[in-house]
Amino acid sequence: MRSHSRNDVVIVDSGGANIASLRGAIERLGARTRLSADGSVIASADRVVLPGVGAAPHAMERLRTAGLTNVLRTLTQPVLGVCLGMQLLFARSEEGSTPCLGILPSAVLRLQSLPGRPVPHMGWNQLRRLKADPLLEGIEDGAHAYFVHSYAAAVTEHTLATAEYGLALCAAVRRGNFWGTQFHPERSAATGVRVLRNFLGQ
Amino acid sequence: MRDGAVVKGVRFADHQVVGAILELATRYRDEGADELVFYDIAASPGRRSVDRAWIHRVTALLDIPFCVAGGIRSVADAEAILEAGADKISINSPALENPDLIDELARRFGSQCVVVGVDSQRAPGAPPQAAGVRAFMVYQYTGDARRMRASGRSTLDWVREAQARGAGEIVLNCMAADGVREGYDLVHLAQVRSVTAVPLVASGGAGSVEHFRAVFESGVDAALAASVFHSGLIRIADLKRRLKAAGVAVRVT
Repeated sequence: MRSHSRNDVVIVDSGGANIASLRGAIERLGARTRLSADGSVIASADRVVLPGVGAAPHAMERLRTAGLTNVLRTLTQPVLGVCLGMQLLFARSEEGSTPCLGILPSAVLRLQSLPGRPVPHMGWNQLRRLKADPLLEGIEDGAHAYFVHSYAAAVTEHTLATAEYGLALCAAVRRGNFWGTQFHPERSAATGVRVLRNFLGQ
Repeated sequence: MRDGAVVKGVRFADHQVVGAILELATRYRDEGADELVFYDIAASPGRRSVDRAWIHRVTALLDIPFCVAGGIRSVADAEAILEAGADKISINSPALENPDLIDELARRFGSQCVVVGVDSQRAPGAPPQAAGVRAFMVYQYTGDARRMRASGRSTLDWVREAQARGAGEIVLNCMAADGVREGYDLVHLAQVRSVTAVPLVASGGAGSVEHFRAVFESGVDAALAASVFHSGLIRIADLKRRLKAAGVAVRVT
C-alpha cells in the first residue's frame, strides 16, 4: 500500500558500497528510507533514488539480474539518480560500452585528463544554472557541490545545471519525473541539503 | 573552476576517543572544512584494522566527504569502511607491502574511492634542493617511531606505479615538513605533481594562511592540515575567506 506521508523513499540497491551517507542525508530531512532491489517495492514507493558508486557495467548487470530495468523505466513517481545513478538514466555509457536505461537520450563519455584537470574529477566545483527547476530552487548560480566521477554526460536540452571541468559537463538533469545529479547531494553541505529537500517536496 | 580544498586530518588511537572524534567532526563541518580525513595511525604498525563503530556515527553527522585511513589491508576491510559511509579509503603501508591491493580496491570500488598516502622525504645525503627520481624516498610504518623504515622505493616511481595500478588520489606527506609549521615543501610537491595526473593533496608543514596560499598556487588540488586547525591557530572559515581574497578558488560557506 502506498504511504500517505509522501516521505517513503526507496533507494534502489544497485550493489554500490556507499549507500549509508545518502540514507543518512535523506533521513536527516525526516524521510523514511528503505534499500530494495524488489521491483514491487520500488514501483510502490513515493520517491525512488537510484544511487551509484562504482562502474556502469557492474551496476547495469545488477539491475538486469534483479529484473529492474523495465521497472525503473516505467516509474511515474519522482526519481533521482545520483552520480553513477544519473549516468544510468542515459542511453549508454562509454564505460565498458554499456547500454543503460535510455530514459534520457545521448551518451555518457569518459572525461579527458588535461593539465590542471586530473581525472577523476574529484572535489568541490561550482554549479552554473541553465534552467529554472524545482529541484534547484534556492540554489544560487555558482553554489558549490561535491563531485567524484571519471565519466560525464554532455550538456543537452534536458540539462538543468552544468559544472565546468575543462568542458561544461551535465551537473543536474531532468526529463519528466526523472531527475539526476552528477554531484553528490549527500556530500555537498548546504547546497546538497537543499537539493534533497527540494526532491522530497516533489 | 576547481577548488583548493581544505582538508583536516584527525589523529586517533582507539575507540575511547570516539566522543572527541564526533566533536571535532562537527566542529570542522560547521567551520567549513571541505573534507575530513581520519587517520588511525596505530593501525598499520600494530597490524590491526580501524575499529569501525565510529564511522557510522560520523556518517550520520557529516554532509561533507570523508576518508578513512589506517590498517586497511584487504578488499573486505575497505568494503566494511565504505559500507559504513566513508567516501574514500586511504592506504599507505599495506600498499607498499602488497601493491596488488591498489589494483584490487580500484577494480572493486572504482579509483575514486582509492587514495594512496605516501610518506616521503629526501634520500639520505640528498641536498635540500635536489630533484629527480633518486631525490625522494618513501617511508613506511611512520605511525610508530620504532618500526618506521625506508621502503627502498623512490617516491616518484612509487607515485607513478600507484596511479598505474588505479589510485584515484595521492596524498603526499612531506615528512621533514610535518609538524614544523614552516610551510609545505613546495619543491617536493612540484616534483610529485609532475608525475601525478590524479588529484594531489599536500600534507605536512602548514603553519600560516600564507603557507596555504603558496601551496595552492603551486598547483596541488587540495591541502591537508591537522595541528594548526586542531590548536585553533588557524580557523578554517577565516582561512578560506583570506584565501578567497588572495584569489584562490575556495568554497566559502
